[in-house]
Amino acid sequence: MKELLILGAGTSGTMMANHLRKALPKKDWNITIVDQEKTHYYQPGFLFLPFDLYKTKDVKKKIDKFIPKGVNLIQKKINRIDKDNDTVILKNNESLKYDILIIATGTNIAPQEIEGMLGDHWHKSVFDFYTFEGAKKLRNKLRTWEGGKLVVHISEMPIKCPVAPLEFAFLADSFFINKGMRDKVDITFVTPMSGAFTKPKATEALQYLLDQKNIKVVPDFNIEHVDGKNKKIVDYAEQEVEYDLLVTVPTNMGDEMIEQSGFGDELNYVPTDKATLQTKVKDNIFGIGDATNIPASKAGSVAHFEAEILTENIKRFIKGKELKKEFDGHANCFIETGHGKALLIDFNYTQEPVKGTFPFAGVGPLSLLKETHMNHMGKLAFRWIYWNMLIKGKHIPFVSATMDTAGKQIEETV
Amino acid sequence: MEKTYANVNIQCNDEGYLTDLEQWNKEVGTDIAKEEGIEMTDRHWEVIEYLQDQFRNEVPLSIRKVGKSGVVSIKEFYQLFPKGPLKISSRIAGIPKPVSCI
Repeated sequence: MKELLILGAGTSGTMMANHLRKALPKKDWNITIVDQEKTHYYQPGFLFLPFDLYKTKDVKKKIDKFIPKGVNLIQKKINRIDKDNDTVILKNNESLKYDILIIATGTNIAPQEIEGMLGDHWHKSVFDFYTFEGAKKLRNKLRTWEGGKLVVHISEMPIKCPVAPLEFAFLADSFFINKGMRDKVDITFVTPMSGAFTKPKATEALQYLLDQKNIKVVPDFNIEHVDGKNKKIVDYAEQEVEYDLLVTVPTNMGDEMIEQSGFGDELNYVPTDKATLQTKVKDNIFGIGDATNIPASKAGSVAHFEAEILTENIKRFIKGKELKKEFDGHANCFIETGHGKALLIDFNYTQEPVKGTFPFAGVGPLSLLKETHMNHMGKLAFRWIYWNMLIKGKHIPFVSATMDTAGKQIEETV
Repeated sequence: MEKTYANVNIQCNDEGYLTDLEQWNKEVGTDIAKEEGIEMTDRHWEVIEYLQDQFRNEVPLSIRKVGKSGVVSIKEFYQLFPKGPLKISSRIAGIPKPVSCI
């Protein structure tokens, strides 16, 4: 009997468990998945929770509900991977042998990386919305907040779901208009990048949103510390931005376990081949989702496309065949712009987001890089798709793992 | 668009970043640095070399990542390339500006 071990039962790990249980014969392969968490969160919902658009029950379900029959779930903390002995060591020193390992331990916020971010003000005047705790506490804060300077801030790249902070700013504009208090709130978007938009086509198509929603942008801001007492953030060039309410995306880092295993990069991400998803750590170790260092967006849609390709590559690896260099960095993301509208972007490693129709060329019904109500409906429908299709490893009809160029307005570049 | 650096025509994007690192050499870097008002020193070049290595290995860059690299502290990075150190040094290095997904 051979052992396939998956670390992490979030979006990526759960998808892989579902795919592989179907793909690998039960008489030859045991599949085990390890995660200490009891809850599976619908993370895209953390964007809606602070604005009372989703309830807490919409974004959480029991983790074991999505692990298929025939897969062994172990709910313990992972200590480290001993790659030389093909073994994973759990917290109680229990060890698990494997023939093939899949690392799907994701990424998490690391507010301790920024001086002064944690402290008495944490989850009082300084909030994250990348955790269930943070999003829920921010919701409670926003229910009674009387207005002032709202600063939406990105500490450093890369972050999970890179558009979420901007969506947060857009939804905040909507939220305060609906509450009849938009005139009492200043919204400022602070980013280490050169602007809220950084790609040429997106900038051209979407810059108007910031003016329309009266969102100020402070670009090139590399945070040095949070001054919680005086309610301001300060960057390395001694630029200061004052806030009454700071909604920040702290530094994102991979799991501690990666560091303890001795092979992560500076941010604990696993060096991984961007086309095959085999790690550069050892041939029998694969990586998927936010845990890797591949230059794709850290997002559920990316993990979904990766899962289809990784399943194929694991089958090939078992047969001793050459791996498919197929993953192209495909991402497909809805971007909420507020007032019941949303954008959709579909892109990969080399193709920036452009205008067009999706998934059917010339038909739609979704529009790329353009605000529509239909796109917003798509985003809302996605929660059902996530719980019922995506994490169960079902193929989403008409959407291929690699990016399709049909239906996109792609100009020849010189 | 094309720009002339070190007497050679070089392909750049609209923001003046090289589109092909193969066209880069130290003279080109020196000329771009002059446009940014920077006089290059050995320390500058060490940072440029590090950035190019990271780019070739397809590692996304951030200021803090550069600061953790052991090549240069964030403080010195700001002294070497004032205002937007990563944006400016990337341009001198002939690599793309750091971008997000949109």
